[in-house]
Amino acid sequence: MSAGTLYDKVWDLHRVAELPGGSTQLFIGLHLIHEVTSPQAFAALKDLGLSVRHPERTVATVDHIVPTTSQARPFADPLAEEMLATLEANCAAHGITLHGLGSGRQGIVHVIAPELGLTQPGMTVACGDSHTSTHGAFGAIAFGIGTSQVRDVLASQSLSMGKLKVRRLWVEGQLQSGVYAKDLVLHVIRTLGVKGGVGYAYEFAGPAIDALSMEERMTLCNMAIEGGARCGYVNPDAVTFAYLQGRPCAPSGEAWDRAVAWWTSLASGPDAVFDDEVRFDAASIAPTVTWGITPGQGIGVDETVPTLEQVDPDERPLAEEAYRYMDLRPGAPIAGTPVDVCFIGSCTNGRLSDLQAAAAVARGRHVAPGIKAFVVPGSEQVAAAAEAEGLDQVFTAAGFEWREPGCSMCLAMNPDRLEGRQISASSSNRNFKGRQGSATGRTLLMSPAMVAAAAIAGQVSDVRQLLPV
Amino acid sequence: MTSPSLPMGPITGLRGRAVVVAGDDIDTDRIIPARFLKCVTFDGLGEQVFADDRAERPGEHPLDRAEVQGASLLVVNRNFGCGSSREHAPQALMRWGIRAVVGESFAEIFYGNCLALGIPCFTASHDAVLSLQAALAAAPAQELEVSLDPPAIVFSDGQRWDLELQAGPRQMLLTGQWDATSQLLAHGAELERTALALPYLNGF
Ligand code: SF4
Repeated sequence: MSAGTLYDKVWDLHRVAELPGGSTQLFIGLHLIHEVTSPQAFAALKDLGLSVRHPERTVATVDHIVPTTSQARPFADPLAEEMLATLEANCAAHGITLHGLGSGRQGIVHVIAPELGLTQPGMTVACGDSHTSTHGAFGAIAFGIGTSQVRDVLASQSLSMGKLKVRRLWVEGQLQSGVYAKDLVLHVIRTLGVKGGVGYAYEFAGPAIDALSMEERMTLCNMAIEGGARCGYVNPDAVTFAYLQGRPCAPSGEAWDRAVAWWTSLASGPDAVFDDEVRFDAASIAPTVTWGITPGQGIGVDETVPTLEQVDPDERPLAEEAYRYMDLRPGAPIAGTPVDVCFIGSCTNGRLSDLQAAAAVARGRHVAPGIKAFVVPGSEQVAAAAEAEGLDQVFTAAGFEWREPGCSMCLAMNPDRLEGRQISASSSNRNFKGRQGSATGRTLLMSPAMVAAAAIAGQVSDVRQLLPV
Repeated sequence: MTSPSLPMGPITGLRGRAVVVAGDDIDTDRIIPARFLKCVTFDGLGEQVFADDRAERPGEHPLDRAEVQGASLLVVNRNFGCGSSREHAPQALMRWGIRAVVGESFAEIFYGNCLALGIPCFTASHDAVLSLQAALAAAPAQELEVSLDPPAIVFSDGQRWDLELQAGPRQMLLTGQWDATSQLLAHGAELERTALALPYLNGF
């Protein structure tokens, strides 16, 4: 059993009571909501005659359904309009802060909470969205919940939870140029599988993790859930504190010094005990691309689509399903696979450094003929910062569309979607069948720089060949 | 479609028929595609369950076969319900008529979402799940009984498979305390005490 890890410490601090049935009531420090998974929770609250216990601990934004071309109200899609109107009414009725369109603070929930300084080390963070694991980058324990649990957090500021085991993923070495946190996490999932993390929290540690920026750590923790781990985290350190300092909701003055001391004390100590440990070498990781229909079906851009013999016997039915659905030939190189649509954005890779990495590839080049390429900043703040350094100009000059912030084609609940059997190069997190809005559409996951490279070449290409050496 | 009344109170088991949806890593995007999340209530989701898979093979998807209409047990394989946390997935299954699920393993958030709706997710070994699925393939309209105490599935012809259900959830279901809200609300004082001890809520 784990002991002395950040997970254990944060868990103990937030324990309210033991519940009949053996689960623990856990206090939730920060609750984030959005328009898709909250309306039924508010309705249930009303049915039960309950109010929101700590409205100041819940923060809302709108991201999943917003159009990225024109955000004028009412939206063209009446269902999307109804969802946003419902969120606005619920927030107003319960005194919950909503960072709405045009507020300067709107964006994907997992992008805005960190950039506002809402997410801090040592918190428990819950949101009705599986990629809540993102916030673990700060040394928070953050996990996705369902709508019934959103109702529970609204009503009681707490959740009934079972404690997870803790696996340390120790990453030695340094990522090569052209290889990003996205490649690292796709490599981890490829190695441990999409169910490898079920029952675990993932602690990412080691020299390669220490060297990552906060935005890269967010990318990494964001996809812990794709490896089956409900939460992933990085111990807070000087990089974390430097990111937080001066953010609107971060502590300041004397409280800042006390906060840093407390945050520092939370990190897993040298004597921490883990349930399991797996080691990786960052230097050996290549830009990674998925070829199949789960995020675990990834390969280096210089590899070939695995043949059935190369796949673990257990995974063969899934591999066969993936060959059929993706229409990719076992044994063929993944580089050179033609793409139709290139999407840069999402809570995985829609932050400023992601756009900078993609722009570095796009600068002075042009999207290949016939390719639709677009960039969706993760938030209004990301958009403003990118525009301030002229990235929008770099992208539009290169033939990319520059859009308004939102989830967009990560899950295609808005008008951005694949058509028919189109194949996308996407910086998002899921390549499930039908994920990007067409029941037969296909998705290749990769880093934003790799998406830019695919857009320029019109096919999957090794971004390392486009970067200055 | 009329589904039987939604789960309430103590859950001890069910009597009825089963439907098999085979395959590992079936994600919640497949159970309920994202476009159906554009709703402010869960009503009506039952008709959209597995919409894209069903459209791909009209009339042939397991859920569309005549003999399983009205089935209340869903039998799956490994890592069922992975991906998005959307409760719309178990809600859609529940509104189609599913009241219990048996599989080799489940994604955690899906498992918890089911529990919050009063739907037990039983597990069984790889071989047991395959043999159960084979028996159901041979007799799709088989009447059967699923119990929580002890966790097992028994066919009307006497065939039986032992199942597993974690002790905590089993207890919660059997006692009707699977809906956590009232339990959570019972500890108001402890909750405020916990909050008072958290540095980030008290100026560090
Ligand atoms: S960007 Fe995608 S994964 Fe992230 S919150 Fe939005 S829909 Fe979910």
